[in-house]
Amino acid sequence: MGIDVRLLHQPFNPGQFVGPFTHAHPGLGGVCTFVGEVRGGDGIEALELSHYAPLTLPGMEGLARRAAARFDLMGIMILHRTGIMLPGEPIVCVSAAARHRRAVFEAVDFAMDHLKSDSWFWKREKRGGVWAWIEPRAEDHSDLTRWA
Amino acid sequence: MARLVFLGRLADLAGSPEREVAPGPLADVLAAMPRDLAVALLDERVRIALNGALVTGGEAVVLAGGDELAFLPPVSGG
Repeated sequence: MGIDVRLLHQPFNPGQFVGPFTHAHPGLGGVCTFVGEVRGGDGIEALELSHYAPLTLPGMEGLARRAAARFDLMGIMILHRTGIMLPGEPIVCVSAAARHRRAVFEAVDFAMDHLKSDSWFWKREKRGGVWAWIEPRAEDHSDLTRWA
Repeated sequence: MARLVFLGRLADLAGSPEREVAPGPLADVLAAMPRDLAVALLDERVRIALNGALVTGGEAVVLAGGDELAFLPPVSGG
């Protein structure tokens, strides 16, 4: 069972990672991939994600292992950007492979809900040339109760 | 020396993402800081990690040379 978790510090093309991930799991019945991008509009000029290396990557690896075990995956890949990003750039890519489709839909949903609420990232956005930190959102925490 | 690491908005408040401090009880280190920063660091929602591991009751930490103590405000998610 393959777990591939990475923090990326430069813009990335999700397709370049999803192809090899898929090919690494012969015999799979389905792959589901979610790509999150920096939302445009609303005056957003840039988004910056900071992390704390000793906690962030180990936390993502633990999440990947939990998802893999819970949904009986053949493999899961979690890629997450850090640093300064512009609208339209990918922030996160989660891909899951399994024998059956329902497992991969749910695994990706599970991983995204946890990445959004309890992973070690701090986010700020720039509008009108001014950076402002983004506070935790209540919806992100209520999303987690779906998996309790 | 020991190193303090400030994440998120705490880095803005501290004026930098890291700070070298003399080893010793954290209470002494905080007492030497501007009061608004010390209060922010001791906020109950701020988690503390010593050398990469989360600790509880961080105020009781005694920093040794080479230690890294990180202050982690509530995450805003990925």
